[in-house]
Amino acid sequence: MNFAEKLKSGDFLITSEVGPLKGVNTEETLKEAEILKGKVDGFNVTDLQSSVMRLGSMAVCHLLVKRGLEPIFQITCRDRNRLALQSDLLSAYVLGIRNVLVLTGDHTVLGDHPEAKPVFDLDSVSLLDAASGLMEGKDMKGNDLEGKPEFCLGAVVNPGADIMELQLIKMEKKIKAGAKFFQTQAVYDLESFEKFMKEAKKFKVPTLGGIVLLKSAGMARYMNENVAGISVPDRYIKMMSEAKKGERAEVSIKIASELIKGMKDMCQGVHIMPLGWEKYVSRVLEASGLT
Amino acid sequence: MLVTQLKPEEEILAKVSQKKLFIFECLGCQEVYFPKKDIKRFIGNLREETVGRATLDYLCNREFVREYIRAYSKEIEEAKVVLILSCGVGTQVVSSLLENKVVYTGCDTLYLKGFQGLAVQDFDCNQCGQCYLNYTGGICPLTNCTKGLLNGPCGGAKDGKCEVNPEADCAWELIYKRLKKLEKLDLLREILSLRDYNKIVIDSLSRGGVMQ
Repeated sequence: MNFAEKLKSGDFLITSEVGPLKGVNTEETLKEAEILKGKVDGFNVTDLQSSVMRLGSMAVCHLLVKRGLEPIFQITCRDRNRLALQSDLLSAYVLGIRNVLVLTGDHTVLGDHPEAKPVFDLDSVSLLDAASGLMEGKDMKGNDLEGKPEFCLGAVVNPGADIMELQLIKMEKKIKAGAKFFQTQAVYDLESFEKFMKEAKKFKVPTLGGIVLLKSAGMARYMNENVAGISVPDRYIKMMSEAKKGERAEVSIKIASELIKGMKDMCQGVHIMPLGWEKYVSRVLEASGLT
Repeated sequence: MLVTQLKPEEEILAKVSQKKLFIFECLGCQEVYFPKKDIKRFIGNLREETVGRATLDYLCNREFVREYIRAYSKEIEEAKVVLILSCGVGTQVVSSLLENKVVYTGCDTLYLKGFQGLAVQDFDCNQCGQCYLNYTGGICPLTNCTKGLLNGPCGGAKDGKCEVNPEADCAWELIYKRLKKLEKLDLLREILSLRDYNKIVIDSLSRGGVMQ
């Protein structure tokens, strides 16, 4: 079963993430993905994550396809106008890419080229709408396409954002524009996630809860202070700060698996963002009883 | 400089139809070309009951407008909708002073080449030519959201502050709160028309009939 079929089947889904490097070395990235072959249903490939210039998502997605892995092409509105975005969606399709995760994207000033022009000609909703149009054989101006692409379109949602109702309204808009699945921002607070999922359930669109592996207590505190919608409970921060350097990964795996077990009945899958700790994803899955 | 144009009449009427109106009309400043004839005709043809009308210049001057609102408080209270005929800044100023009132604009503001801005102001108009203020509670998503998003927040705001500029409020959270207060949250469910950059690329001076 491919990712789209598995979505429809109602099975519990597992996705992970691949972050292209700055440069042209791809072996390490691909190897880390290959270790998880058969264990996860798809690999998100980030699109200049955090607005840092790197190797592109489309190229790495294509390399994953060639190795028999199933990529989820992340595409953001930060760097391309509507011409380039539509063209890249078509290009992705002919390179064998079938799953697309549409995001607005971080602002350019947060990255490593803060002087760059932020584009945002479209946003996540209008890009989903454009992609849906391409699937019907029309570009954004209604011109006919020679052959139409077929995509499984997804989007993101932040269950812990300041105003839940506002997130739900935007989520509904994304569904209207063609989103068939959602992946969430990292979840550490199961109680608030449950509250969100109770509301989001009515949309009947599969949602994969986000898991970011904690690397240190400092990282947890930094996220609590700076990242929207994330609140790592003190208990986890304490566990991480009490762990010796060599034991941190073990503790992190324990926390992640506890969260996954806790959210398993609330949503239709998990999306694991290892942020460099790809080698521990298998262990997380084992500890969560997902292998 | 800038040009103010009356929105298509059907579009305005869809917002104000059968509602008691109070109208603010700006005579403008020397920077702005106003569609005076169009406005006169539009108001002349209006079937809606107009409970009051104030014509003033510099609707962008908040303190000045505050005085006008005080002077017309009874009429404004009675009106269901306050209709603004001015540039985008004027609409934002009135909306900010009448948070519990539905304020709609009847105009689009377009760019006109030439120097602009005589004083620093709290509100800004992008002169996009397709004013979105009627969907956002009078808070401009183009000038207040750092990404200029039209369909809701990016999800990056922390404690109500923008991730790009922690000094700035998240425009979409402000829009949400304003619309919730006005019981108009349904406006957020509409997918807004995309920006038409043609409107700012063409030379507005070459438009016939604008400079009246």
